[in-house]
Amino acid sequence: MKKTYSIYVDCANCAQKMEDTANTVEGVEKATVSFMTQKMQVKFAEGADHEEVMQNVLKACKKVESDCEIEL
Amino acid sequence: MNKRQTKMLKRVIAATVSLVILIILERVTELPEWLFRILFLIPYLIVGYDVLIKAYKGILNRQVFDEAFLMTVATIGAMILGEYLEGVAVMLFYQIGELFQSIAVGRSRRSIASLMEIRPDYANIENEDGSLEQVDPDDLPVGTIIVVKPGERIPIDGVIVDGTSSLNTSALTGESLPKEVDSGDDVISGCVNISGLLKIRTTKEFGESTVSKILDLVENSSMKKARAENFIAKFARYYTPIVCYAALAVGILPPLALGLLGHGWDFATWVFRALTFLVISCPCALVISIPLSFFGGIGGASRNGILVKGSNYLEALADAGIIVFDKTGTLTKGVLEVTDIVPAEGMDKDELLHLAALAENYSTHPVADGIRKACSDTPDLSRITDIEEIAGHGIHAQIDGHRILAGNAKLMDRYGIPYIKNNDLGTIVYLARDDQFIGSITVSDVLKPNAAKALKAMHDNGIYKTVMLTGDAEAAASAAAKELGIDEYHAELLPADKVTMIEQLLGRKKKPTDVLCFAGDGINDAPVLSRADIGIAMGALGSDAAIEAADIVLMDDDLTKIPLAVKIARKCLRIVRENVVFAIGVKILCLILTVFGMTNMWWAVFADVGVMIIAVLNAVRTLRTEKV
Repeated sequence: MKKTYSIYVDCANCAQKMEDTANTVEGVEKATVSFMTQKMQVKFAEGADHEEVMQNVLKACKKVESDCEIEL
Repeated sequence: MNKRQTKMLKRVIAATVSLVILIILERVTELPEWLFRILFLIPYLIVGYDVLIKAYKGILNRQVFDEAFLMTVATIGAMILGEYLEGVAVMLFYQIGELFQSIAVGRSRRSIASLMEIRPDYANIENEDGSLEQVDPDDLPVGTIIVVKPGERIPIDGVIVDGTSSLNTSALTGESLPKEVDSGDDVISGCVNISGLLKIRTTKEFGESTVSKILDLVENSSMKKARAENFIAKFARYYTPIVCYAALAVGILPPLALGLLGHGWDFATWVFRALTFLVISCPCALVISIPLSFFGGIGGASRNGILVKGSNYLEALADAGIIVFDKTGTLTKGVLEVTDIVPAEGMDKDELLHLAALAENYSTHPVADGIRKACSDTPDLSRITDIEEIAGHGIHAQIDGHRILAGNAKLMDRYGIPYIKNNDLGTIVYLARDDQFIGSITVSDVLKPNAAKALKAMHDNGIYKTVMLTGDAEAAASAAAKELGIDEYHAELLPADKVTMIEQLLGRKKKPTDVLCFAGDGINDAPVLSRADIGIAMGALGSDAAIEAADIVLMDDDLTKIPLAVKIARKCLRIVRENVVFAIGVKILCLILTVFGMTNMWWAVFADVGVMIIAVLNAVRTLRTEKV
């Protein structure tokens, strides 16, 4: 199951950090962030609760990049 | 400029003005130095407060190697060492650079996005009283009649039930010539209706329509990252911490060593050099410019009707060495056309064609289609009184009271008619009237007019081998290969043989890094498309299977788009390499100069912000595809 979310992030390195971080969150099989389109594509692990996983992704991303935003 | 940018600009201006005032005050007045130290904090805080806050939050979250942290340490360090003008100026320039970057990136993002501005927002449906209502195209079931006014974009794929018009397909194909359409024609979403009112019965849902599929594909293309992008991401992960530790080493080891050797204790100089290190260490120039280059390349390609499904494919395409073509529908038009008419003595060319068209009138064979199309006027069907198809042979018909035979050589043999053999390539239709041979017509699949030109362009652009695969007979394949200047051909292949051929060819690359592309029309060649390193689907407008299976989709049938795509890919990769070498080169140079004390913070700001701006401007060049 793949989903795409709109994000706000203002530097390319920060987008890279968000991607790295999102990939460490449980329930995320693969996350890709495109700085250019300001989108995050998340492939969820089998049976994961999307809402809950994304809340954790947002929290984790806020930690590495305090002024980022993910539209859930 | 957006709100954030406008606010940033105001802060930059306010800080610059107050800094200038302070510098003048310092020159003309005799106020004590401690007062100036405090006063210099005003412009510093105006322009840099958010950086400080972010650095603080970063420390709380153990993200010490982020940019904000580095800038904070460097500028505060500089001010503690008494270089307060430099401290403020570095922060100011850093923010100006960030602002510029944000504007430049925003601009290029928008200009790329505008290439893809083909999403229709609404569809018109006609109410019972004849008035039009705008509705969300997503809500319409298949089979709805929608109305498209001149100037509007067709929102959903469908078939015209009423009206004639010309369509502008340039957003999809890059082709500027309008396409004439009439009722009964299939139309695809994304085209702009130019002249007349059209009523269209939808044949797909909005989400399944061409325009939605294309947008989906383009939007997701930057998710498939190129090797170069992954390399830089990894590089950045190690680079910043390494430079930070190096800075720490520069700040401590040399002064310690010099001090112990009795050259005096000079920590200030070395700490300042270490701080300069920190300013240089930001990897942003690399991290931003490379995805931007690929994004620009993909955007520029899509403006030319070339859809690239991912940065990785664009990167691979730059190494294209072998291009394999399917013949029918790719190198040829894929429809049969009359290429020669040879009437027997005493027979008129036009009359011969007319008779053939009448005889073949009810046949659904592709040969019959070709003959009917070649006939300029609609034949008078009342001339036919009886028609019978003899499977595998041809047609037996009564026309104007004469017995007409139209078919292959076997048909002539069957009726014992002496005929003049025609040795043309293609399918030959022999005709006889009342058992008298009256001539022959050659029907063949003709090569696309620009195919030879496209192949020449490929050879001129470093493609060292071109191969044609076809199920056609040896003679036809050989003639086509010769005419096009193709290096190698394989004829009489079954669909499964094509995959085997591709595998063989994959093993015959000059270098393992060379890329083999297969170009097909997407019909029946999905397995081959996916087996090749890069599958290119031609003329894929409306063909879902091809869009799914291919890595690069050419929206129209134009073969010259293949060398163009290769050129765009090469230009993009060249720019990526330039940026990598330039950015890493300048940074390393500045780092080395800094160790020897030959730089100051101004250099450092250039190495960070200046390099980034130059790299971004260079990356934006990928968008320009007129001269590649």
